[in-house]
Amino acid sequence: MTRNRSDVSDPDGTTPVLEVEDLTVAYTSRHVETPVLHGVSLTVHPGEVVAVVGESGSGKSTTAQAVIGLLPDNGRVTGGRIRLNGTDITSWSDRRMESVRGRRVGLVPQDPGTSLNPVKRIGDAIAEVMRIHRWADERRIRARVLELLERVGIPDPERRARQYPHELSGGMRQRVLIAAAIALRPELIIADEATSALDVTVQRTVLDLIDELRTEDGTSVLFITHDLAVASDRADRVVVLEGGRVREAGDTATVLSTPGHAYTRRLVADAPALNGAGHRTAERTAALLAERADLPPAIAVTDLVQEFGTRRDRFRAVDGVSFTVTPGTTHAIVGESGSGKTTTARAVMGFRRPTSGEVSVGGTEIGPLRGRGLRDLRRRLQMVYQNPYGSLDPRRTVGSIVAEPLVNYRIGDRAERARTVAEFLERVALPTHLSDRRPRELSGGQRQRVAIARALVLRPEVVVLDEPVSALDVTVQAQILDLLERLQEDLGLTYLFISHDLAVVRRLSHTLSVMRGGRVVESGVTEKVFADPRHEYTRGLIEAIPGRREPALPARP
Amino acid sequence: MNPNTSTRSATVTGSVPARPSALERLRRVDVGTALAWLVVLVAVAWALAPGLFTSADPVAGVAADALRPPDAEYPFGTDATGRDVFARVVYGSVHSLSGALIAVTVGLVAGTLIGAVAGTVGGLVEDVLMRVVDVLLAVPSLLLSLSVVIVLGFGTAQIAFAVGVAGVAAFARLARSEVVRVRATDYVEAAYAGGGRFLTVLWRHVLPNSLTAVAALAALQFGTAILAISTLGFLGYGAPPPTPEWGLMIAEGRDYVATSWWLTTLPGLVVVAVVLSANRISASIARRGRA
Repeated sequence: MTRNRSDVSDPDGTTPVLEVEDLTVAYTSRHVETPVLHGVSLTVHPGEVVAVVGESGSGKSTTAQAVIGLLPDNGRVTGGRIRLNGTDITSWSDRRMESVRGRRVGLVPQDPGTSLNPVKRIGDAIAEVMRIHRWADERRIRARVLELLERVGIPDPERRARQYPHELSGGMRQRVLIAAAIALRPELIIADEATSALDVTVQRTVLDLIDELRTEDGTSVLFITHDLAVASDRADRVVVLEGGRVREAGDTATVLSTPGHAYTRRLVADAPALNGAGHRTAERTAALLAERADLPPAIAVTDLVQEFGTRRDRFRAVDGVSFTVTPGTTHAIVGESGSGKTTTARAVMGFRRPTSGEVSVGGTEIGPLRGRGLRDLRRRLQMVYQNPYGSLDPRRTVGSIVAEPLVNYRIGDRAERARTVAEFLERVALPTHLSDRRPRELSGGQRQRVAIARALVLRPEVVVLDEPVSALDVTVQAQILDLLERLQEDLGLTYLFISHDLAVVRRLSHTLSVMRGGRVVESGVTEKVFADPRHEYTRGLIEAIPGRREPALPARP
Repeated sequence: MNPNTSTRSATVTGSVPARPSALERLRRVDVGTALAWLVVLVAVAWALAPGLFTSADPVAGVAADALRPPDAEYPFGTDATGRDVFARVVYGSVHSLSGALIAVTVGLVAGTLIGAVAGTVGGLVEDVLMRVVDVLLAVPSLLLSLSVVIVLGFGTAQIAFAVGVAGVAAFARLARSEVVRVRATDYVEAAYAGGGRFLTVLWRHVLPNSLTAVAALAALQFGTAILAISTLGFLGYGAPPPTPEWGLMIAEGRDYVATSWWLTTLPGLVVVAVVLSANRISASIARRGRA
């Protein structure tokens, strides 16, 4: 089937590349059929970028899987039509779908870490799709692989083609996956959360690349994403999914500026990237800091150095980091993966003895503390972890998890502890009856609330938050951020907030340090840094935050 | 309408996933696992109250009824001295099961202790303990059991202990790897951050979360131990005749294999059924641990 390139210039009145009409999909488990898509319709015209936006469980990935015929074994299309360039492919067999996948629809999967076969060279990974479809002879395939690697912006393609996936960075691997997806010039690329696992600057270059392919080759793109900001930057039209139903669809700019459905309004309101600073303005922060200038700092880190490895093979993860945090404020440490931000947080928690430098919390120097002293300090210093699925003991009930620190420090008797636990469950807005549930019975947001309650139950002064919302959906994220903010005011907490997400940092922090390669490259009042970044790296980070561009208008003459 | 609905909605609000009702939980039990439990329970009942299942004497035979094939009176037939094979299997279960219990207990306790200590203490202690375990693993288990029996002497308890020693290494390896895995989790670190002391954290978080896999291995080893004990009994290291021990019975039936198939086949099938059931139960424990 040949494709009429002239379609691209005139999308109206031509056959859409993809037409999904009233699609319903159901999953069968334990002989019970559960519908997950209830009549989803969407259209992608030639050269158009359409984003399907939704939270986990909204059915956005199921939609993508149904389109390319890769539903899990227990999934089944129960109704509706999927048309590819006017051809109904709904009831096509798996065998027939093979002729579509790779050739007419390319898929860029979510996780570049696991989507490449680790024992296959990069060149072979890209060549595979061409070999499957017997595109050409080996010599031409090899030439095309190099051409593709160059096309997706991988320097020195000859050498890279001979390397294995582990020798490439995450961003590079995602480029390789894109190269494989576009190898046969498909009419449609489906990008399923293609950049969610990447650092923000890498995300931007990968998204730019997809944009470029679209404008140059006229490829249509179906973006599956939870990130409204990415959709607003990159898509011509958005389709908002909730619970397997289309809540709203239309022009990106229109939908996001004047959302018609309550759910879309909530999504827009909750997306930190679309909402700037909230109420932590530069003036208010300056006033707060001035008011507390005389107080001794809650956290003071001076020349912290943390090295790993043996004497011969040393690696400096943190290299001379210093900062202080005023009591009752939030200091954010921002950086991309490998910047040393988590290592710094762990040194503050006293989990690892620094190689050199000083860390003191509430005036107590942590370095020389051991067993008992450290334990005493931890009454005043607590931590909330990134992954609420891993930080709660699966075998214990919510009540006993929250009560544990009280038991450890022998605070109160049984009845008193029960009262304290109930009080803190209420503070984190969890219904008290959950206290005899186990973590597995709770949602991600509820689990993170439990973790926060556990961290606060000792009434600490300082709480270290290690990416506390990055594993959560955007509306849940907003709720947790609100909660953290309120708790800080109510209890006078000082937060050390570790994050890679600048939009969230802007929302929650008063001051920040930007880290790169183990060093602090810039620090100051958050809003001032956002308004006027001094360091080039900070500028790059801020520019890379999605959702800062004007919503993309359809690129049409 | 449904009496369940009102009570459920009172306790479950918002997006809290509901707990499965008793009926739902019952439906989730698969037939194979239920059958496996039934087989094991019957075997245990035989061991506890053999008199309820057969009125025949397992040791004294009726000479006139020698070598009768299975029929209504003798479901498993009779042997050369006219003893009821079914009665002998029923009375023999106590030897095989208690033996397996001893063997698993020895392996479980010693192995888990070694593994847990190695996993928590680390360093030199871990190296020394695990190298000893490696040596145990390197010796074929039957050979290891035989050496222990030769040191300890013959008898049901002795072979049970010998089989247990052969299982120590497997338990130690598994327990260590589980402890090491659990110790690296966030919730263990969070427990230290919440003021937990080393032993408290070990007892409260590390051990309970490590033991699911160990329990699954114990069930698996139970089956293997019955097999190993029967093997040693078959080789003549166990209880002396006329004790109705399963392995010994099969060994005695060997001489009649050509003419009286039931002497070896039926006790053999009982052993197979119990061992398979133990494996099945082990798999279901492991599955539950992963969920």
